[in-house]
Amino acid sequence: MTTETNHSAIQFTPERLERAKEIIARYPEGKQKSALLPLLHLLQEQEGWTSVEGMDYVARMLDIQPIEVYEVATFYTMFHLNPVGKHVIEYCRTGPCCLMGGEEVYAHLKTRLGIDAGQTTVDGRFTLKEVECLAACGMGPVFQIREKYYMNLTNERVDEIIDELSK
Amino acid sequence: MATKILTEHINVPGIETFDVYRKQGGYTGVEKALKTMTPDAIVEEVKKAGVRGRGGAGFPMGMKWSFLAKPEGVPRYLVCNADESEPGTFKDHYLMKNLPHLLIEGMIISSYALGANKSFIYVRGELMYVIHILEKAIAEAKAKGFLGKNILGSGYDLELVVQPGGGAYICGEETALLESLEGKRGNPRNKPPFPAVKGLYQCPTVVNNVESIATTSWIVNNGGDAYAAIGIGRSTGTKLISASGHINKPGVYEIELGVPVEDFIFADEWCGGIRPGHKFKALVAGGSSVPILPANLALTLANGEKRLMSYESLSDGGFATGTMLGSGGFIVFDETSCIVRNTWNFSRFYHHESCGQCSPCREGTGWMEKVLHRIEYGHGHQQDIDLLVDVAKKIEGNTICPLGDAAAWPVASAIRHFRDEFQWHIDHPSEATQPGAVYRGEMALI
Repeated sequence: MTTETNHSAIQFTPERLERAKEIIARYPEGKQKSALLPLLHLLQEQEGWTSVEGMDYVARMLDIQPIEVYEVATFYTMFHLNPVGKHVIEYCRTGPCCLMGGEEVYAHLKTRLGIDAGQTTVDGRFTLKEVECLAACGMGPVFQIREKYYMNLTNERVDEIIDELSK
Repeated sequence: MATKILTEHINVPGIETFDVYRKQGGYTGVEKALKTMTPDAIVEEVKKAGVRGRGGAGFPMGMKWSFLAKPEGVPRYLVCNADESEPGTFKDHYLMKNLPHLLIEGMIISSYALGANKSFIYVRGELMYVIHILEKAIAEAKAKGFLGKNILGSGYDLELVVQPGGGAYICGEETALLESLEGKRGNPRNKPPFPAVKGLYQCPTVVNNVESIATTSWIVNNGGDAYAAIGIGRSTGTKLISASGHINKPGVYEIELGVPVEDFIFADEWCGGIRPGHKFKALVAGGSSVPILPANLALTLANGEKRLMSYESLSDGGFATGTMLGSGGFIVFDETSCIVRNTWNFSRFYHHESCGQCSPCREGTGWMEKVLHRIEYGHGHQQDIDLLVDVAKKIEGNTICPLGDAAAWPVASAIRHFRDEFQWHIDHPSEATQPGAVYRGEMALI
């Protein structure tokens, strides 16, 4: 077994590999490091989180040092550096959402899930993460699951969403 | 109805598609620019328009463009700042989601004016669904010959790249954004050199906000003078205001600059007044960074005149009695709002978002959060208010980028105008920490 295959426990699916190549090609010659954030998103979309093995894979793909990936992945908040549940609920904790009852709804959500920020439910279905302003302040309280925004949240609405996602 | 430059067609069904946008007069700005105008002529029109940077800084866009260095044989870049993350601000999100082609049209015109052949739209990563909308719209525009090689037979080439961020408020600062776009941590750069000389990949670069770029098709079509005729004084044109908080009709409104703040809050055309049964207590007019004002100062200048929604009027009185238009993140507080709790919340935000490069910001935002937390939770010390003022003063102006100022101003202004409320928390901790407890002093509610 070569070193290369040892390293490649994680690989993009053929479609994602194609997408990764397109992304890398859109920057000027020699500026491929610009593809780092898009590739980390692609990695997390596939794997569910951002593992060291995944980051090493991206580093090799861009021909940069692994540390250049680690320092970036740890700087930005969107990359989950530990395994997460099936649905990551990213709950806005910032002022405008709080004015609209965000703290009360958040307390209800935590009780409903039986977990605190940073934790995952025992069944592995939900991970709760607190985030800062999601740029949807007029529709607060707000949380996000993957690409979808859930807005104008109330306790009842939260229950409906959790019921729906628990099916 | 007030003039709508950006959002006139926003409710037309299908406006996010090329065909409908085109039917509503879309891309005529690109046609006019590329077929009949020189790049310099466009820069002149934008200068005449007097449009000021809509991201928050309010720097004249045409002037920023004219600073762009043009060394021979070196590529130039236009980067659109769509990292909208300032608490209270959601206008760019709204604009891009609903009118992706308006931004793309503006990007083509602006890129042509600046001589850029590859331009970037840097969108905060949380808005991945908006990134998909933009990418789809770009593919449509390209299929119709408005992007790519030799656009409309003009000989001008342009590629647009949509770049996702990774979740970091600091990347809204233009040099941090450029670092991020280069695949690095979002640490702001020391200036000079300014991006206009050494920006993306060390090449001359202009970074403009979404809303600023979106104005250019109207300016090209109608002329800079027509744009400058809208608005008031040096606050020309229209502004998207993101209205949130305790109002009847939160949302994004395009206003002609110069509307009285009072009308904006209370008229049915805009916020529709404070929610039923409540009174107006305070206002953050331009995103969480700008000084908070009590109701009376928000509506009225020191000389008794009405305060207007304009760069000049909102800042009238300096920080003693005024604030800033900023990003137009308009957050309205009623009498149920605890200013101490809100200030702590904002401080937590800035502490969380500080990149950590400069000690005053990295340490100071943490101290402010900690001190505000203990006041809010009933453990405040008598000297804490002065301590907060002191820390805020030592952060302000002592950092590479404006995040330090943005963190200091909300704290300093909250204490300036609501000091009694902080004192009450310190003096009456058991009362102040009751659920929903709010100081009810001599404060004027409207």
